[in-house]
Amino acid sequence: MKNIDQLERATEARLDALRDEAARNGQVQTAGIKPSGSPLPQSRAEEGYYGNPLLKPPVWTWQVPLYFFAGGVAGAAANIAFVAHALGRDPSLVRMALWIALSGAVASAPLLIADLGRPSRFLNMLRVFKLRSPMSVGAWTLAVFSSAVGLAVVCQETVLRGYTNDVLLALRWVAEAAGALTGLVLLSYTSVLLAVSAIPVWSENRQLLPLHFVASALGASAGILELLGFLNPATNGMAFVAAAVETCLAVSIEMRGRPVDAPVREGRVGWLIRAAGTLTGPLPLLLRIFFARTFGVRRVASVCFILGGLLSRYAWIAAGRVSARDSKILFDLQRGKT
Amino acid sequence: MPISAFLTDPSVCIGCKACEVACKEWNQIPDDGFEWYGQSYDNTHALGASTWRHVLFLEQKQPMGSQLAGTDEPFRWQFLSDVCKHCANAGCLEACPTGAIVRTEIGSVYVQPDVCNGCGYCIVSCPFGVIDRRSTEGLAFKCTFCYDRQAAGLMPACAKACPTQSIQFGEINDLRQRAKTRVEQLQQRGYEDAQVYDPQQTSVGGIHAFFVILGKPEEYNFPPAPQVPTIHLKTAWTYALASAAALLLVVCGAFFL
Repeated sequence: MKNIDQLERATEARLDALRDEAARNGQVQTAGIKPSGSPLPQSRAEEGYYGNPLLKPPVWTWQVPLYFFAGGVAGAAANIAFVAHALGRDPSLVRMALWIALSGAVASAPLLIADLGRPSRFLNMLRVFKLRSPMSVGAWTLAVFSSAVGLAVVCQETVLRGYTNDVLLALRWVAEAAGALTGLVLLSYTSVLLAVSAIPVWSENRQLLPLHFVASALGASAGILELLGFLNPATNGMAFVAAAVETCLAVSIEMRGRPVDAPVREGRVGWLIRAAGTLTGPLPLLLRIFFARTFGVRRVASVCFILGGLLSRYAWIAAGRVSARDSKILFDLQRGKT
Repeated sequence: MPISAFLTDPSVCIGCKACEVACKEWNQIPDDGFEWYGQSYDNTHALGASTWRHVLFLEQKQPMGSQLAGTDEPFRWQFLSDVCKHCANAGCLEACPTGAIVRTEIGSVYVQPDVCNGCGYCIVSCPFGVIDRRSTEGLAFKCTFCYDRQAAGLMPACAKACPTQSIQFGEINDLRQRAKTRVEQLQQRGYEDAQVYDPQQTSVGGIHAFFVILGKPEEYNFPPAPQVPTIHLKTAWTYALASAAALLLVVCGAFFL
């Protein structure tokens, strides 16, 4: 509890600042105080309640976008591992992709827990299962995914060390398949999490966000494999498709003139989205078209895509904060003016 | 149990903020910053984790009802005590992954503070910008509709403290009828822009704390057509799962290159 002296000092200091401003400029610019011949401000419906934001901005900290990225990479890697294994491709690629999936899963849980207001209560997430809450679906998906890829890695490493039997091999297939299946949900549900919210820039991009998050997860996963030395046509093909999709999405964000997209087109966050879109879209796409056989350049393209994918998750959360502040766009949307 | 409701009528509110004080005292809510906003007489600013009633001070360029003199510079001063709407389809409740937010037997939306883990998803899921996380506890808080008082047969603290019956508490259908009657009364007295704010036509499906307002909802920072975010579930999941399936196909295809 603050003591009364402190409180009075703070109040008096604020009043003095207001008096100073009034003496200097003849009027006070603080929201709500624009006296012109009258001591009282006038309300204007298009501004809402004196320009105060209607919505609350997200409270999520830096761990959340990083988790979006790690979860996406892990989910895509689990699918690459499963498909490569099923098609009987390079076992070292299968092994590495599975380890990437496990690393992503292991990194995800602490990031999610650290962001909670009460980290010690993280297990409450598994108290209920709510299909209508993307956060609940995501928590359960991460739990099942982590268990599945963990089991798959244990089975795989045991088999590789020569201890093998039919049960172990069967278990490995089941774990890998479960990891791939839940991986598909893990890499895409984060876009649903944003889209199913009251924040206009997120909910109005409910078609773009899923495509973006999925493409970004695939490209980043393939990019990490390339950086770890798996520069084969398969990784190149995946990274190429991801960059092509990302290019289309970046162009579509630029082409659309919807006012609700202002946070992803204008200001600091707009430039972050643009930079991320360039790093995941046209830049790696062109590098992969013109230097498909130069391994060094493909590595550069991979680094670009990974950085862009990471940046984009931060930028979309930041765009949500900007969007929550703009009540005018919310009013226009709800009145059907856009 | 009957379904409880609030009817808040700014036309009789005197802006005394007794509701804010009563709410804070009964619910033992900590201070919300002692910030001097310099905005009319409103230093509470907005609803939040530590502000469950908020009296708005609204200056409108409108004449007072059937006012005759001084209409060349019309002026109307509105006070409205804002509160959690306790939506029929509540975004916060749908979003909560722990089941901490529940629907009570009196129809209110209640956050169980011993279950909430502060994930913050309810905050971006509230179409009214009501619920927020308090940094000291790390948990989400909002109006409890004085669930404890109601369980003991008492009316909520804010309604009890209101000296002008601007905050009325009762059974939802009674109050909806009373709101309708009040709007008709106000319109007869020259307040042509009087209306009930209770978005029953949108996916929110009506609110359990509705208002009689003069002017547009926007002026009170009320969304004109609030939607519960879960209406987007189908589109978002369809696109997400279709994109994920496409990813699996691309991965399969890539291994034949």
